[in-house]
Amino acid sequence: MTHGLTEAQFFSMVASFLVPYYLALAAMNGLAALYLWRSGQMQAWCKLPIPGIGSKIEITNSHVWLIVGCAFSVLAAWAGGSAETLSLPESVRDAINNSTGPVIYSVGTTLGLVVLYVFRGFFVKPAIAWAIWNLMWLFLGLSMTDADFYEIVAKPDNVPIVMLVFLLAFFTWLGTSQAVENDKRIARGEPPLEKLNNEKVLVWPDLVYIELICMIALTAFLIFWAIGLPAPLEEAANQAKTPNPSKAPWYFLGLQEMLVYYDPWMAGVVLPSLIVAGLMAIPYLDFNKRGNGYYTIKERKFSYIIFQFGFLEMWVTLIVLGTLLRGPNWNFFGPYEHWDAHKVEALVNVYLSDVFWQGHIPVAPAGSNLLVQIGYIIYREWIGIFLVLGYFIVLPPLMALTIFRKFYQKMGFIRFMVMTNLLLFMASLPIKMVLRWVFNLKYLITIPEYFLNF
Amino acid sequence: MPGLGEIIRESQIWKSVFRHPMPVDRRNRIVVMLTNFFLHLHPVSVKKQGIALSYTWCMGGVTFFLFLVETVTGVLLMFYYRPTVEWAYVDIQMLRDVHSLGILREVHRWAAHAMVITVWLHMYRVFLTGSYKPPREFNWVVGVFLLLLTLLLSFTGYLLPWDQLAVWAITVGSNMARATPVLGHEGPGQQLLTLGGVDMITNASDARFALLGAREVGEETLNRFYILHCIAIPLGVALLLAIHFWRVRKDGGISGPL
Repeated sequence: MTHGLTEAQFFSMVASFLVPYYLALAAMNGLAALYLWRSGQMQAWCKLPIPGIGSKIEITNSHVWLIVGCAFSVLAAWAGGSAETLSLPESVRDAINNSTGPVIYSVGTTLGLVVLYVFRGFFVKPAIAWAIWNLMWLFLGLSMTDADFYEIVAKPDNVPIVMLVFLLAFFTWLGTSQAVENDKRIARGEPPLEKLNNEKVLVWPDLVYIELICMIALTAFLIFWAIGLPAPLEEAANQAKTPNPSKAPWYFLGLQEMLVYYDPWMAGVVLPSLIVAGLMAIPYLDFNKRGNGYYTIKERKFSYIIFQFGFLEMWVTLIVLGTLLRGPNWNFFGPYEHWDAHKVEALVNVYLSDVFWQGHIPVAPAGSNLLVQIGYIIYREWIGIFLVLGYFIVLPPLMALTIFRKFYQKMGFIRFMVMTNLLLFMASLPIKMVLRWVFNLKYLITIPEYFLNF
Repeated sequence: MPGLGEIIRESQIWKSVFRHPMPVDRRNRIVVMLTNFFLHLHPVSVKKQGIALSYTWCMGGVTFFLFLVETVTGVLLMFYYRPTVEWAYVDIQMLRDVHSLGILREVHRWAAHAMVITVWLHMYRVFLTGSYKPPREFNWVVGVFLLLLTLLLSFTGYLLPWDQLAVWAITVGSNMARATPVLGHEGPGQQLLTLGGVDMITNASDARFALLGAREVGEETLNRFYILHCIAIPLGVALLLAIHFWRVRKDGGISGPL
């Protein structure tokens, strides 16, 4: 059981967290209902006939969120009474555990983000977004009564990641809803929303008061957080006792997750450097002059998709995967699965050169000099070297002649080569992931003699 | 009979500190921005949409405020902490169990995590509004450096409690440096740097050794990370922040549609 607690102790601890949690959600929905009512944004969603009278009563969005708020209050009372019954059914949790793995997780989050992007006009609608927001919190609340889920999510240093997921959901909605609105306006020939409030205001009082209120609110938030959640302090450092799993700080866990697919020199050094260099290069590669100073997606689709692929899809989802779903020996564990250090996963990884030579690997004659040895290594690995060099050398000119012809004409040789090579490095991660999942392929090039595996 | 507030505001001391009357009319609201040291980072007036929360998310400002929180709590924590293998862990335990100001450590740690998140959100907003486009390209580059320094600040601070969590996180993180091409003793091309048949790049001279100050995370590493965390990196951040804010003004203030 968690931290050596008995089951009863665990549930009473969870209940003391869940009661204020659900009450806060109830208050959140109550405030939403109040806001819609007071600001005159009520919309009738359906009409319920009252039996016997013949008249109908209108159910508005404000009513619905009020009812949802009441439902959360009921959940709060329920959690206070018997938290152990307030959870996802065991069968659902088992099904989630059994069906998840690195493949389902990666493909699933990708598909999810694609659906969100394609149907963004639907998902940014306030009612839909608010419903999803409520469901996310409800899912977290219901999952907290699972001891294995609780142990991982409530680990003090993992709390920021849960916050990150919710903050990103909120801010992605905030940005996308304005972008969708602006795209509609631009299509009608109107200026973006940001252009409407163009009059100047004095910084004192209009800005300095916002800053003052933000500072006070933030200070209060930090003090509450500090009182509510003690900072972690494990036993004293001991070089002889390696914890399993050993994890880097959470913001580097996307890189640590890449170690599954790359050797350290790529995952830990080359790719992070390229991420930094690539970020710095963005303003010099993006020659699109539109979309400067306002939210839009349609006017800069290419850069938007590339950025979101890199940020939400690769950086953030890999951090979530590395932090919450990777357990002992870096094995994958479902969200409700116990971190069993003895879980064994068969590793049947293969190297491309092994597959190519089928056991007849060429080896340099014993005692031959360095050049001959290197020659043999290149001969042994020629198929992988051929593929990798082809990928990085042949594809860019090919792209310049075909799909990226306009880009090439506008960007010139150097900028185009920088962009395509950055894109190819970025794309190499999903490519290596798929190669691993489908063929168990670990390396395309395997030169352990010189620590050069790719 | 003048009120107490009026007496204070009319006194020579008050007037010597604040060089203008209360900012209650338009003229003095402008003067206050120009004559107050802490406010002079701001322009006198801004476009209304430029300070709309739905547009800016306030994340740049929040990040800067968190940096100030980290500086203040960090300086206070330094009074209670000795960066040696003998004392580091004990001092953190004392902060938890003995000192009444121990809650500072929680504020410091959570604000640090929050700062990493708010930097990302700030950059996310800047990207989504295309605010890195000309004339603001260089300020985006300065921002990327600040992102890097924020992560390094957090990473170096992670070691200081000197518990299992700290030491092994830094061990895992710094093990990567071993594989640095050419400069890491287990990196590709490590054999290239030889002098008269002697390897120049060994586990006592490679990139990881430079980071840790030793072959393993140890006393030298603690000292090195402490200095990086408390002095070297904050100085770099302060310099880049000054440039970042200055360039925001020089590049035309908060971005907006042309």
